[in-house]
Amino acid sequence: MRLARVVAAMAALAAVACQTKKPEAEGQAGPAPAAAPSAERILVGHIGSMTGSEATFGQSTDNGIKLAIEQWNAKGGVKGRQLALKTYDDQGKPEEAAVAATRLVVNDKVNVLLGEVASSRSLAMAPIADSNKVPMITPSSTNPRVTKEKDQVRPFVFRVCFIDPFQGTVMAKFARDDLKVTRVAILRDVGNDYSMGLADYFLAKFKELGGTIVDDQSYKAGDQDFKAQLTAIKGKNPEAIYVPGYYTDVALIARQARELGMKQPLLGGDGWDSVKLYEIGGKAIEGSYYSNHYASDDPSPRIQDFVKAYQARFGSIPDGLAAMGYDAAMVAFDAMSRASEPSGVPLRDAIAATKDYAGVTGVITIDSNHDANKPAVVVEVKGGKSVYVTTIRP
Amino acid sequence: MTEFLQHVVNGLSLGTIYALIALGYTMVYGVLKLINFAHGDVYMVGAFAGYYVATALDVERSPSLAKALVVFVGSMAVCGALGFVVERFAYRPLRNRPRLASLITAIGVSFLLEFGFQLPSLRSQAESLESALFGFGLRLPDFLHRLALALPDSFPPGPTPRFFPEPFERVDWTVLGGVHVSNYDVVSLGVAFAFMVGLQLIVYRTKFGTAMRAVSFDARTAGLMGIPVGRVISGTFVLGSVLAAVAALLVAGSRPRIDPIMGLMPGLKAFVAAVFGGIGSVPGAMVGGLVLGFSEEMVAGYTVSSFRDGIAFAMLILVLLIRPEGLFGRVTVEKV
Repeated sequence: MRLARVVAAMAALAAVACQTKKPEAEGQAGPAPAAAPSAERILVGHIGSMTGSEATFGQSTDNGIKLAIEQWNAKGGVKGRQLALKTYDDQGKPEEAAVAATRLVVNDKVNVLLGEVASSRSLAMAPIADSNKVPMITPSSTNPRVTKEKDQVRPFVFRVCFIDPFQGTVMAKFARDDLKVTRVAILRDVGNDYSMGLADYFLAKFKELGGTIVDDQSYKAGDQDFKAQLTAIKGKNPEAIYVPGYYTDVALIARQARELGMKQPLLGGDGWDSVKLYEIGGKAIEGSYYSNHYASDDPSPRIQDFVKAYQARFGSIPDGLAAMGYDAAMVAFDAMSRASEPSGVPLRDAIAATKDYAGVTGVITIDSNHDANKPAVVVEVKGGKSVYVTTIRP
Repeated sequence: MTEFLQHVVNGLSLGTIYALIALGYTMVYGVLKLINFAHGDVYMVGAFAGYYVATALDVERSPSLAKALVVFVGSMAVCGALGFVVERFAYRPLRNRPRLASLITAIGVSFLLEFGFQLPSLRSQAESLESALFGFGLRLPDFLHRLALALPDSFPPGPTPRFFPEPFERVDWTVLGGVHVSNYDVVSLGVAFAFMVGLQLIVYRTKFGTAMRAVSFDARTAGLMGIPVGRVISGTFVLGSVLAAVAALLVAGSRPRIDPIMGLMPGLKAFVAAVFGGIGSVPGAMVGGLVLGFSEEMVAGYTVSSFRDGIAFAMLILVLLIRPEGLFGRVTVEKV
């Protein structure tokens, strides 16, 4: 009996030891890579939420980065060296993002760190990039604190998207000028830096434009029941509800709002951008609007070329996250080809000097705060997908 | 007024869920004097079991009442079995040890279920093991390779949330001038009350129920009277777990998002509800669940909504300060 217990304990220990964090993929299929020797390869690290509540964010961004790598490798790589990708899944948790970042810069010694989409997780990664002097480019984190903490610009962290002070005003302007509403309620995710920041900026701008915020409720990501908050909002009779959260929660909020008989359109930010929003939200999310980095039905040739290439490679229309992942990677490789050394301080300086780079999501110029100054598009959810409505410039 | 009535409806539907889960806590405590912290995760397993059965039966595309019943019964069976297994292998060996050991084991089982369900699927784990071995130059024999491919692809489900398919068409009614009630609310209230009444009958009108109550008074004497204490305890666990599965399915119908840590918060709140009503008392758990559901809904609706989770724990502190034995609990005096 004693021996059986000891054996069982040993087996349990062995099972636990086997559960080491496995890297998602090395960018190639099959267990026998026949790539060039690693001294020749430039390693790109990506941290994304490949699983968890925002799984489509990580997966789309990863696809965008892969497409960029494949296109550069087909043209001969950066300065003759092939690019390789190492992706870690942070499961949607900031602690895991920090662990993965440390692993990428210390163990795997990547040249550049791409990620994360969610501001909370980018904030966890940023100090690690700074202290290890590895440039980090976040494709879609919009909270201003990611590149600038209390008036101090983080030396090694950059972003290729707009920031929330601008994104908040986009929806406020759209609500006042295009939808012509004066009474809006806010439903924000209280545990999420992105959601809180965006809600605050929207609130300030909307009041400045003469509107009234009739109610400001909050929820926690992962909540399943929003009826209490929605019933309270319903009682205040708003004309629209601003829900700057992530797509899983927003879809459920939309459904429960319609169940309570609320017919107001919902407004949101780029956290809505996922194919799952339409799957889960269904009819409930139709007629709502959100701000985004790009619209896939934009007829400009640069965007359509990207959409076609992405569709040929991955079989689906790229969402904003994929386009931003692609642009972040392209900016990184463009900087690598200009820099004296594709890593460390020279690479950081080359990224900071990026000027008028023609990306899929717009013209990217990195400013003194390491941010990109770009216009935003507003899209409407119609017929199970997003349809371009208007562009709002900073 | 309409807003208040809507809050009442919402609070009622929330409260019955907490009541169903609290019943599991209270019965196990009554019989074993153990707070089964893994109970919230049994609720989560019930939701996933229902999800897997519903996916297998393709409820998404062709919902029907018969399929809904199969999903119900299947999930209840899985949870009952889980409760039995957990009791048999995690708690029974510690029956004669200090109570703290069982409590810590309960927490351990809870983490095991939560994080076990967040692991990547068995097939992808086998595949990554295979490619890791390949990196070392070892190839698996063919039959192991085929075994790896036969492993389930969607169990464990991993951290990405799933969405429970709707078992029947949703119909919304507007009553009393503005209050929105759906057929889901009506069905879940009806089913919850039916199960609670059923439990009352079992506990107070059947031999098994009498045996359960006897064991909760004094286990050793009950054993001396010829009651099979081991079987009664197992039966209690099974009964509690079945109720948790029912709660999970009722929630999943109208709040369809399920993920491996969905049981954490409801479990804790149901524990508070059980303590509030008097842990060990069956009517106490029901009343405690309803009161907690109402308070949560009213506080979230009328005051700052981020206090929604906090109110449960504030109630716990208040009840322990003012009336620690709970609403229906008996004050136990220790005679020295």
